[in-house]
Amino acid sequence: MSDISYIPQDNEARFGDYIALLKPRVMSLVVFTAFVGLVVAPNPVHPFVGFVAILFIALGGGASGALNMWYDADIDRIMRRTRSRPIPAGRVTEREALGFGLALSGISCVMLALATNVFAGLFLAFTIFFYVVVYTMWLKRATPQNIVIGGAAGAFPPMIGWAVATGGISIESVAMFLLVFLWTPPHFWSLALFMKADYDEAKVPMLTSTHGRTVTRKHILAYALVLAPLAVGIGFTSIGGPLYFATALVMNALFIKGAIEIYGRSEAQAEADKYAVEKRFFYFSLIYLFAHFLALLAEAGLSYLGLGIW
Amino acid sequence: MAITRDSELHTRRFSRNAGLGVVLLGFVAIVFGLTVVKVERGSKLEGFDHQPRVSELPAEPTKTEVAK
Repeated sequence: MSDISYIPQDNEARFGDYIALLKPRVMSLVVFTAFVGLVVAPNPVHPFVGFVAILFIALGGGASGALNMWYDADIDRIMRRTRSRPIPAGRVTEREALGFGLALSGISCVMLALATNVFAGLFLAFTIFFYVVVYTMWLKRATPQNIVIGGAAGAFPPMIGWAVATGGISIESVAMFLLVFLWTPPHFWSLALFMKADYDEAKVPMLTSTHGRTVTRKHILAYALVLAPLAVGIGFTSIGGPLYFATALVMNALFIKGAIEIYGRSEAQAEADKYAVEKRFFYFSLIYLFAHFLALLAEAGLSYLGLGIW
Repeated sequence: MAITRDSELHTRRFSRNAGLGVVLLGFVAIVFGLTVVKVERGSKLEGFDHQPRVSELPAEPTKTEVAK
C-alpha cells in the first residue's frame, strides 16, 4: 500500500512562504517608523500596549503586502526579481493569498482599535485600502507617478504610531509623513536608474521608460530640494531638537550633493562606471531615512531624561 | 506497510502546523496581556448597552438623605 498525495512534495507551501507573503523587508521599515512615531508622541503609552500596537501595525502592513502579491501575481511572474515569490513559484495559490491578506487585515485593524483607540484602527484600515486599492489596483499600472502615490502608503505608519499615542493627527505627525513621502520618489527612481528592463516587460509604467532617464534625474534632484527644507524644519517642531537639527543638516547636504551628481551625469557616463553614483545614492538614501528617525528617537530619549533643549 | 496515524502528509506539514500553533499561542498571550494591562489601569470596561447601566447612573440618595 502506498500513500497518495496530489500535492507535489517539493512545491508545497511551508510556513516561511506565508511569512514571505507579508513582505518582511518592507515590514521592517514599517515597524521602525511606526515605533518612532509612537515614542516621540507627547502622551506616554504603556510598553505592552505599545508593543502590541506596533505588532498589529506591522501585521496590517504585511496583510497589504499579501493583497498586493495577490493582485500583482501576473506582473510578478514576468519580472525576474519577483519570480521566486510564493505565488509565481506556485507554492501558494492566488485565492489563498487573497483570503490570507483579507483575514489578517481584519484582525490587525480590529486588534489595533481594541488595544489602543478606534481612530488608530481606522487609520490602519485606510492605509491598507490606500496601498491595495488606490496604489496597487488603480495607479501602479496607469501612471509613472505610481512611486509617488505608493510612497504615501509607506509614509502613513509613523502617523499611525502617533495616532496610537494621541488618538489624532497633528503637525508633527504630518511632518513625519511628508519626510517619508518626499523621500520615496528619489529613493526608488535612483533604483530604477540602475535596475533596468524588468518593469518594461511587465508593462508597469516607470518614469525611466515613459519620460526617459534624463527626466528621472531631474525629478530626483527636484524632490531632494523640496525634501531638504522640510527635513531640517522638523528640527523646530516639538519632536525636534539640536541633535536632530545637526543630523538633518548633514544628511540633507549629502543628499542634495548626491542628487546634483546624478543630475549632472549623462547615460554614457553612468554606463561607463556601471552606475556607481546611482548605486551609492540609493544606499545612502536608506541611511538618510534611518538617521532622521533615529535622531527623532534620540531627541525623545533626551527629553525623557530631562535633557531636551527645545 | 501498516496503516499508521502519522501519514507522510503529517510529517511533511509539521513545520507549518507547528508555526501556526506558535502564532495562535502568541495571540492568546497578547489578548491575556492586554486584559491584564487594561484592568490594572482601570480603563473603562463597560460601554453603553441600549439602556443605562446601574454603574453609569448617578448615585441614588440614601435613606437618611431622603428623610431629611
